Amino acid sequence: MRRAALWLAALALAGVVLPPWYLVQDRLADIDWSGGWLTEPDHAPAVSQALLFGRWWLWPVLATAAAAAASLLLPARRSLARALAACGTLGLLALIIQGYAIGLGGWRFAVLEAVFGPLGDRQFGIGTGATLAALAFLWMATTGLAGLGFFRGDPFTAGAVGTVALAVILFTFLPIASLLSDAFRTSEGTYTLGALFGRLGDDRTWGLACLAGAPRCGVAWNTLMLALMTAGGTTALGLAFALLVTRGGIRFPRALRTLTILPIITPSFVIGLGLILIFGRSGIVNQLLYGAFGIEGGRWIYGLQGVWLAQMFAFTPTVFLVLIGVVEGVSPTMEEAAQTLRANRWHTFATVSLPLMRPGIANAFLVAFVESIADFGNPIVLGGNFGVLSTEIFFAVVGAQADAGRAATLALVLLVFALGAFWAQARITGSRSYVSIAGKGDGGVHPPLPAWVRRLCLGVALPWAGLTILLYAMALTGGFVETWGRDYTPTLRHLVRAFDLEWSARGLIWSGVAWNSVWTTVKLAAVAAPLTAALGIIAAWLFTRQSFVGRRALEFATMLSFAVPGTVIGVAYIYAFNVPPLELTGTGIIIVLCFMFRNLSVGLRSGMAAMSQIDRSLDEASFTLGGGGLDALRRVILPLLRPAIIAALAYSFVRAVTTVSAVIFLVSAEYELATVFIINRVINGDYGVAITTSTALIVTMGAVLALIQVVVGSRRIRRRAPALAAGARA
Amino acid sequence: MTEARKALDVRFENVTKRYGEAVAVRDVSFSVAPGTLVTLLGPSGCGKTTTLRMIAGLEQPSEGRVLIGGRDVTGMPPAERDVSMVFQSYALFPHMTVLENVRYGLVVSGRRKRDANEAALAALAQVGLEGFGNRLPSELSGGQQQRVAVARALVLQPGVMLFDEPLSNLDARLRRHMREEIRALQQRLGLTVVYVTHDQSEALAISDEIIVMNNAVIAQQGGPRDLYERPASAFVAGFIGESNRLAARLEQRGPEEGTVVLGSARVVLPHHGAAEGAITLAVRPEAVRLVPVADPAAALAGTVTAAAYLGATMEYLVDSEAGEVFIVCPETGSPRKVGDQVALAVRPQGLCVLAA
Repeated sequence: MRRAALWLAALALAGVVLPPWYLVQDRLADIDWSGGWLTEPDHAPAVSQALLFGRWWLWPVLATAAAAAASLLLPARRSLARALAACGTLGLLALIIQGYAIGLGGWRFAVLEAVFGPLGDRQFGIGTGATLAALAFLWMATTGLAGLGFFRGDPFTAGAVGTVALAVILFTFLPIASLLSDAFRTSEGTYTLGALFGRLGDDRTWGLACLAGAPRCGVAWNTLMLALMTAGGTTALGLAFALLVTRGGIRFPRALRTLTILPIITPSFVIGLGLILIFGRSGIVNQLLYGAFGIEGGRWIYGLQGVWLAQMFAFTPTVFLVLIGVVEGVSPTMEEAAQTLRANRWHTFATVSLPLMRPGIANAFLVAFVESIADFGNPIVLGGNFGVLSTEIFFAVVGAQADAGRAATLALVLLVFALGAFWAQARITGSRSYVSIAGKGDGGVHPPLPAWVRRLCLGVALPWAGLTILLYAMALTGGFVETWGRDYTPTLRHLVRAFDLEWSARGLIWSGVAWNSVWTTVKLAAVAAPLTAALGIIAAWLFTRQSFVGRRALEFATMLSFAVPGTVIGVAYIYAFNVPPLELTGTGIIIVLCFMFRNLSVGLRSGMAAMSQIDRSLDEASFTLGGGGLDALRRVILPLLRPAIIAALAYSFVRAVTTVSAVIFLVSAEYELATVFIINRVINGDYGVAITTSTALIVTMGAVLALIQVVVGSRRIRRRAPALAAGARA
Repeated sequence: MTEARKALDVRFENVTKRYGEAVAVRDVSFSVAPGTLVTLLGPSGCGKTTTLRMIAGLEQPSEGRVLIGGRDVTGMPPAERDVSMVFQSYALFPHMTVLENVRYGLVVSGRRKRDANEAALAALAQVGLEGFGNRLPSELSGGQQQRVAVARALVLQPGVMLFDEPLSNLDARLRRHMREEIRALQQRLGLTVVYVTHDQSEALAISDEIIVMNNAVIAQQGGPRDLYERPASAFVAGFIGESNRLAARLEQRGPEEGTVVLGSARVVLPHHGAAEGAITLAVRPEAVRLVPVADPAAALAGTVTAAAYLGATMEYLVDSEAGEVFIVCPETGSPRKVGDQVALAVRPQGLCVLAA
């Protein structure tokens, strides 16, 4: 512990003495690193800020850093631990309090102004120095606590818990809390309940006029209706697919399975694009109708039915993936038992298989429900006058009115929907889940489907799979004709415009219009992926392998953060990180953070799944052999987890590249992302470039995943292939 | 309903089961007489569970025929065979109560609910679980779940009842108790039972007949005493009970029997087809006695290399000229020490010539 304490004290001191304390607005190269920075007001470290510029509120921070260094002189281990815990906690508190108390306009709270008088100074967001000091204080506190016997005395576990907790609080809960507070704020800047209810009662949100024949209802009803329709439809389709693949005795189950990777590599609005190419005003269907019968196709695709259709295509694969697990998870021994008890195929299916799947099916329904209410890409592309919450939030933020209160209120409604679904999901999966993978003695074989169920599934699923493929084919190739709907001459014109390269005297020039956003996306996603995977795996390790006070609360809070729709997170981030102490709007950091906390679930889930299959006694062996928490993780768990880690890396990268809903609020001129670039092209009617750019993204991401698949290999669950002899009969 | 309607026999005729390249069961033939309890015994992966599942109809043979009660059931689904099965994991339906589980088979075969309930309650009484009908399986202990599984299979009055390692999830004491119950139930109702296990003591304790399987074929079939006292191969001798394998010679080979020379002892034994000359002799640990060095019955001389006190018995390892001998000795009063010179006498009942 003494060595850790030495390092942490050094880190804290370095943080307050060396790097710029505040966020630096200039480029790093503009700073006078030869020594002048120490005395420049914008670039100075905390020590000079306090000494030279009279920022007295930094003194407590400096004092605790010094005290931490001094505590190293304490001889007894226990008193050192106590001192560390105290210094860490005090330092962190001092840093946080001064950061939130003093902002760009001096005191941020009228109370403080009244007590201390006007400040006559201001401060920017925290910079490198403050970040280093904050981390040092945090880890000092956790190391101290571990030294006092908390966290089973393991400093690594303590530090990991502290880091994960702080990260979740700062980057999920704080933004959402500040968003919620916006919903209570009146236009004069005071907070009242009336402000919230005034907005909630708004006819545009909850109006039911459409029932009485008016053109539209409130957006909240629209969202709910769309979500229920999508969830119902995708669950039925997904179940048909899942039953076919696992026990339908069809010839190419793997081919159907590859459908499931489509939603991961595809930005959600691509489906909308494909539908426009088929059913839009200049789409294929309308053209054929006009050519053959002289019928003018309308713009029926824009609206509820269009968005619903797009979501059906977009989310069926996701639901399918969930349901495969459910259908396979039903223990075949149960079904075999039913068969030996005289039940025929239909009885077995109806009285055993289906009831055992029911909780899983309900879960899949809720997954689709949440996907639908969080979807931004399809409603923005196909919604027309049909508004849903996610698009209305967007327009409230970027539209002419720029009504922060309304955006916050709508986000609150969306959040309540999502959390309601999350709550229902937790209840279902928590209480009566019979699904269990690979219990002892589960070497059996699933019975084949009853014949007419199989025919029904085939009849529904195969045409749908065909349509999906057609749709993707359209969406992928539509960018390679002159003008869709008028001139189908093949051309590479759009591709060239998007991704042109030129050789000039000064070397290679990336002159295509899409390059800038694509490179930005890849760069930020590549930065975010390892951070996401690392945080996710560490959190998974904490949740599955460690027990400490507050573990369940932390786990629940983390899981809860996944239920927050992207649009809500996006809006929350811009409002929360617009002002000091965390001043991030317009930077690449905010996008990386958003990627991290949106995709944390990927690393966490794959980590938890993989770790639950590694016997605990392995860690315990490591502990009894004298290793600490870090050794158990690094030497035992991580090597066994390599496939899960690679998968987490790849998926967080790919998802970061294809995400839309949250980051659309966070992009800036300097940091534009590819998906946002595409959406803007679509909104401007520039389909050629939009489609070629999406094609490039999808193909690249598909290649990334295929590569990973080859490297990692696929996991096999059961030893026998189902339905060898009997399946062929049906 | 306490009597089984009719106990049926089971016959396998040249049955082979392949999974792709791998052969799980190779050209196996045997028959199970009605009203007997036959155990399929063998190490894991020997094909015993696959054999059982082929009787149930959960797997179909790649070649050969399966007959139950004289009727060819090859290719028939499980529901149409007159069998029922108790699974290793019990496979109780977690979403149904105990009563619903037990009456399940009756209900799906179209019995009226009242009859089904009556029969199910009677079956629960058979296994000593009156009053548990409304519980969920998750609310029962392991032993109780096991009884429910048995009742559920029993209530159908099957011609053949199958058990797939039913006791392997129970602790040792309960396992002993449950195997006695199963045996008693089988005897009382005169059931035909095929029972898979890898535990040789379980097999010896409850079986009328044991079929030992190894590497997808039958190694030996016979009564418990036959198998223990006259193992046909080194595998069977080693798998059923402990046994020493000692070097000996076969002389004066007759049509059935020959003289086996072990050290200075000469014993007439069945030769099981072994040729004259050097042979391997299986010797049970309890068939060897420690005797004084000058004793006329002494066959081998040796040195004690290990001794263990087990309360009721002593166990010794003795290094002799015929090989290392493991001995279980009921006499614990004057134990030998490591390094003692001893002589060994053997009893013919515990000796068996292993076929080459």
